[in-house]
Amino acid sequence: MEEKNFYVELKNIEKSFGKVKASDEVSFSVEKGKLVGLLGPSGSGKTTILRILAGLEDAEKGEIYIAGQQVNQVKASKRGVGFVFQNYALFRYKTVYDNIAFGLKIAKWKKADIKERVEELIDLVGLRGMEKRYPNQLSGGQKQRVAFARALATQPQLLLLDEPFAALDAKVRKELRSWLRELINKVGITSIFVTHDQHEAIEVADEIIVMNQGRIEQIGSPLAVYSKPETEFVAQFLGNAITIEDYGKFKGFSHIGNGGKAILRSEYVTVTKKKEPIKYAVSAETGEVLDVAFRGNLLELEILVKGERINAYRQFGQALVEVGEEVNVFIQQLYVIENEQVTPAVNEGIRKNNFHVLSNPILESDDSVVI
Amino acid sequence: MKVRANSKKSVIPGFGLSFGIVTAILGLIVVLPLCSLVVYSAQLSFADFIETVTRPRVLASYGVSISTALIASIINAIVGLALAWVLVRYEFPGKRFMDGIIELPFALPTAVAGISLTHLTVSDGWIGSFFSKWGISIAYTRIGITVALVFIGIPFVVRSVQPVLEKVEEQYEEAASLMGASRIQIFFHVIFPEIRPALIAGFTMAFARSMGEYGSVVFIAGNTPYKTEIVPLMIMSKLQEYDYASATSIALVMLLLAFFILFVNAVIQSRTSRIISGVR
Amino acid sequence: MKEKNDRGVFKWLLIGFCALFLLVMLILPLLYVVITSLRDGWNAFWVAVSDDYAVKAILLTLKTTVIAVVVNTIFGVFAAWLITKYTFKGKKLISTLIDLPLTISPIIAGLIYVLTFGRQSFLYDYLEQWGIEIIFAVPGIVLATIFVTFPFIAREIIPVLTATGNDEEEAAALMGAGGFRIFFEITFPHIKWALLYGIVLCTARAMGEFGAVSVLSGHLRGLTNTMPLYIELMYQAFDFTGAFAMSSILVIMAVVILILRNILEHRVNSSTGQK
Repeated sequence: MEEKNFYVELKNIEKSFGKVKASDEVSFSVEKGKLVGLLGPSGSGKTTILRILAGLEDAEKGEIYIAGQQVNQVKASKRGVGFVFQNYALFRYKTVYDNIAFGLKIAKWKKADIKERVEELIDLVGLRGMEKRYPNQLSGGQKQRVAFARALATQPQLLLLDEPFAALDAKVRKELRSWLRELINKVGITSIFVTHDQHEAIEVADEIIVMNQGRIEQIGSPLAVYSKPETEFVAQFLGNAITIEDYGKFKGFSHIGNGGKAILRSEYVTVTKKKEPIKYAVSAETGEVLDVAFRGNLLELEILVKGERINAYRQFGQALVEVGEEVNVFIQQLYVIENEQVTPAVNEGIRKNNFHVLSNPILESDDSVVI
Repeated sequence: MKVRANSKKSVIPGFGLSFGIVTAILGLIVVLPLCSLVVYSAQLSFADFIETVTRPRVLASYGVSISTALIASIINAIVGLALAWVLVRYEFPGKRFMDGIIELPFALPTAVAGISLTHLTVSDGWIGSFFSKWGISIAYTRIGITVALVFIGIPFVVRSVQPVLEKVEEQYEEAASLMGASRIQIFFHVIFPEIRPALIAGFTMAFARSMGEYGSVVFIAGNTPYKTEIVPLMIMSKLQEYDYASATSIALVMLLLAFFILFVNAVIQSRTSRIISGVR
Repeated sequence: MKEKNDRGVFKWLLIGFCALFLLVMLILPLLYVVITSLRDGWNAFWVAVSDDYAVKAILLTLKTTVIAVVVNTIFGVFAAWLITKYTFKGKKLISTLIDLPLTISPIIAGLIYVLTFGRQSFLYDYLEQWGIEIIFAVPGIVLATIFVTFPFIAREIIPVLTATGNDEEEAAALMGAGGFRIFFEITFPHIKWALLYGIVLCTARAMGEFGAVSVLSGHLRGLTNTMPLYIELMYQAFDFTGAFAMSSILVIMAVVILILRNILEHRVNSSTGQK
């Protein structure tokens, strides 16, 4: 792999709180201008990494580089980092204007320059007219915009965001995701955000770093991480996945591997009503519908197939499926877990037709991230 | 939610300065005097110590202090619970006023309370004359001491129980009453278990305070040896005789008792805080 | 708070009982002081409180209270900041030591100061050399007053700072703000009402402290007599008008403090609840 110009680099970072290892040999690099998502369940150590980067926590071991300079011993305020806190940590007794101006005052900017910069930021985040309000007079989304503007005020080279959307309600969250993405692209600042929400990470990030129990599980583009999971954790954490203990019992998979543990994502399950035409009839299983949940444009089904409860979707426009109904269930692909390796296994029925589900050229050439 | 405890470092500046100032003042005001108490106590001979604290008059004063403080604190627990209940559950004219004056015993100097209560309860006082008709004298008896201790102890129980009672949701009670529980059953099975730790905590705080109270009690007690002489007064009179050894011996027993009460209180408090997690 | 009709009788009985209790136990003693002090007319009251020794006692109480409040404010703010903003070894010990004076009888508080600075103390020779008098002098009274009111301010601020968390301070520190700037610009607005509330409580107790001061004062008329000690002196000399006149000043102060306390309590609650 060729040499790349990494803006942020972490090497073998270790940190524990008592007996809990919050970071266990964490290493990764971020290219200049990229927007990276640290994704993991709560307690996976992602926030700790962010706080270590910002200088809010000390790493016990390892090296931290920002812009080519080792910053382990550099004070948090001298690292040139903008930080957006989970609850935004807006100064509750300062107006929107003063919140944004605070860092500039500390940096001893001239009054006129401060005014100019703050107004520029207020326009950038679209809060014109709100300058004199106090944080408790703002909605969640507006608070986030202020926090964002405040973090950007002193023109940091790196922006860190701790669960930037967690404190928002669902509708505002969706809206702000694309807003934040656009804004970061516009400003062109290298950014790292922490989230526990896979949809958020997939939608917003250029690159995703999946963490679990203080370790990095996988690094890659959203598409790569989603479709080519490298560890069992990633395979089951992303998507709507279930674990199957002996996949060999399913038609079309009995000839692959040892027939042991596998992960099945719902998008690889096709459900057809008994009378509907079906492409791979030979490899289809019969299952009983246990539950039908209406999800708007989709129906989420829970189907009992050979003792396993499998999740699957059907389009709302298709003929309705009822609880208790017998249906055909075709499993296209599984992620087989063997010796801690994840291998996609395609149903024999498809393989015989010389059709590869994953023959996507973009995925094969993905090398933007180095571990 | 996030793992954050035990971080050795804080980016907030000023640790050195705050630590220096706090330990300096703490050292002068609290640690130094405590150390000299320890040093002085270590010089006392154990035999003298035992002899001092087992003198009949000293033993009697422990009896007076403990019994009056205990009775006063029990009265305070009952009345305090009633007051907290009334203040949390009922709406009535004058409620704000009633709530506001609960802390009066904290605000009023104890000596003032002492002379006022004494004058009210002597046999020809406003209250005393009423009771003396029934042959009960209050001032200069243990009843008088108890009255003074009830006065100073009442805010402890009310202010301890009140916030917890506010958190017992009425929905619980409504749920219980839908299940057919009577009001008395609801109180004892639903509400009381919730407020019990706070009630005990308020009781122990009032008890500890009552044991050490001096100002409001000396005037009303009459200070008759063996009968109405409280422990703080015993210490005071030893100090006035410059008998520091006896004063310290008697005080040590008091301190041990106070710390024991405090320990019990701390155990209960930690249980309470687990129940109403995080709320002050 | 809904009330059901059948609870009516019980409710009013309970309210009545509580009202009667407070009336007899709290209000009556308060009124009695004021009434008694004015029994012999305004003139007698005025003569009693404008007595030379009385004025000196009032001034000493004022002085002691001001010093105690100032010291405890400085200590309380720094202690609350230290305990809520940093994690360090010995934090538990420090917060235990701060609360300790609350559990010690005022008489014992006086006693330990006598043991520390009195004739039998190892410090006594040094103090003598430097000509510093503590026991049976004003410094002893001041120290004892600081001791009994020691935790009052810290205890009011700590819960507020715990509730508001450290995020705002961390954010400010990340931007490079210094300690004093963070405190005055970011933290202080959060704690101002709690601090004032603590000051009020501290003032009340400092003015009225009797036991500890009594041990350390030596009861020198005009020199080491505070208002409560002066009251005791008058009372024991059967000068009830003098005792009650001085008391009524303290009663008025207590009422003012109660009113302030109630106003501030609401402010403090709303500033912690704001989150």
